[in-house]
Amino acid sequence: MLRPDLEIIRNWIPDNSRVLDLGCGGGSLLENLRDSKNCQGYGLEIAQDNLAECFVRGVNVIEQDIDEGLGDIQDKRFDYVVMTQALQAVHRPDLVLSEMLRVGKEAIITFPNFGHWRVRGYLFLKGKMPVSRTLPHQWFDTPNIHLCTVSDFETHCRKSGFQILQRTVVDRDHQNGWLTKLLPNLFGEIALYRVTR
Amino acid sequence: MGCTTITDMPDTISTNNIAAGTLPADSVGIVAPATLHFVEPLELECGRSLANYDIVYETYGTLNADASNAILICHALSGHHHAAGYHSADDKRPGWWDNCIGPGKPIDTNRFFVVSLNNIGGCHGSTGPASINPASGQPWGPDFPMVTVKDWVNSQARLADRLGIHKWAAVIGGSLGGMQAMQWAIDYPERIAHAGVIASAPKLSAQNIAFNEVARQSILTDPNFYGGRYYLHDTYPRQGLILARMVGHITYLSEDAMRAKFGRDLRAGRFHFGFDVEFQVESYLRHQGETFSQNFDANTYLLMTKALDYFDPAREFENSLEAALSKTTCRFLVISFTTDWRFSPKRSKEIVNELVTVGRDVSYAEIDTDKGHDAFLVDIPEYLKLFSAYMHRVAVEVENATS
Repeated sequence: MLRPDLEIIRNWIPDNSRVLDLGCGGGSLLENLRDSKNCQGYGLEIAQDNLAECFVRGVNVIEQDIDEGLGDIQDKRFDYVVMTQALQAVHRPDLVLSEMLRVGKEAIITFPNFGHWRVRGYLFLKGKMPVSRTLPHQWFDTPNIHLCTVSDFETHCRKSGFQILQRTVVDRDHQNGWLTKLLPNLFGEIALYRVTR
Repeated sequence: MGCTTITDMPDTISTNNIAAGTLPADSVGIVAPATLHFVEPLELECGRSLANYDIVYETYGTLNADASNAILICHALSGHHHAAGYHSADDKRPGWWDNCIGPGKPIDTNRFFVVSLNNIGGCHGSTGPASINPASGQPWGPDFPMVTVKDWVNSQARLADRLGIHKWAAVIGGSLGGMQAMQWAIDYPERIAHAGVIASAPKLSAQNIAFNEVARQSILTDPNFYGGRYYLHDTYPRQGLILARMVGHITYLSEDAMRAKFGRDLRAGRFHFGFDVEFQVESYLRHQGETFSQNFDANTYLLMTKALDYFDPAREFENSLEAALSKTTCRFLVISFTTDWRFSPKRSKEIVNELVTVGRDVSYAEIDTDKGHDAFLVDIPEYLKLFSAYMHRVAVEVENATS
């Protein structure tokens, strides 16, 4: 069983695609794409346990820090470059996005929406950095150093000349109800985008 | 000169007898080398050929019914066929890669049949410069033909034929051994499912060649070298070998590891203001050199360093590593070590990047360690864990295909 957000991404990627997964974790998405859609993929990862899990799955994984860039990879080498729940944790999300669209024809990005009403309410009412199920860390130990909202992301895409091909904004149960459709920046907890240049 | 030629070994696959109680439980136990004699001439890259030759090898584990679980271990500069287990219960040390080969170890002999050989040109039983040249009745010495990584791979393919192994589940090696694994992948794509390239490089740098040249010059200029015919003078270039090994050894260790191991420690605790051994690091290097000189043939050392220098699979493909690697079909495991400055992680990444460019399956890990180039022989938990994880997958593939 794939994680629900990965299941959504899986459905976005056609058969026989070449996929690069940045921060691929244990490689479950790449394994699934390989086995069910005949995709050839590589993951980039730095956590040792995740590397071992990928090895056992027979998923190609390369130990490389995304923050050090993708300079070794040719332009448009991949059909899809995926980065799930890591945009907010890299040093320069703008540079990573730009690199994703250099090495890939399309990029698929997911991130926790910092504009969700519960996050806004937490900060507004408690006056503290929000802690929730999608953002479980404290301010001092969080890996999430560049949190953004749906609105921030779309503004960045517009200014950078990226075209948003697909957007799904879901609640924490990965449901896409009428509220998340109507006011994604307020009701969406996790945002999924497919973009191109 | 402690090289021995094994002549009394049976022409059969060795069997493993685990000596109860005396050896570690995760050891392959007592092993015996075997020798195969080859009579079909081996054409060499240098243009010459070896009319016939011996290859000495060991095996660990059991070959399965369809011969699909075989792993070839390729040795590095000073390695040999004795990679795991013990030759007798009295052996002080096991084979050179015993921490990676054995029951439950990364190359699990409960699942794989492991073949480890001494390459031709070597000095541990396979035909080499110290062997008798049939044409002259005397040791080959400097007349032994120059052998390359490609030649070794061809000889290993013949060994595989004789052992009934059509396709290796994996060919694995560290350093110069990793180069053989790469060459296998390029030259015999249909005969290798996985290549394990550890602490290696796609070719030597000028700096690498420079170190090798210092090592060679120290041997070649030793008065006891006698143009490579020292066997006839009942001597060997001891000083040259010691120096060669000392300079080599420095490149195998990292600065951090040397600092941690020796620092500026003095053997006697005070300066003597002379040129005798004072610092611990001097003592260590001299000891390493001395031990090595007693156990390794100088002509073999010269040959092995040249094989390293010549290795450059891209050369056959208009200097395009991409074109060379596009010949491959196997899957690759590439591992490097952060403090290896002989074959740094950057060199491994060159291989990985080209494999990604040509769309080959490759996984890569960069192990954080202070152990330098020698790290591939060392017990580093992260390294062994990742190596095990990869080999587990290889074993599962073999087992799934068999069942």
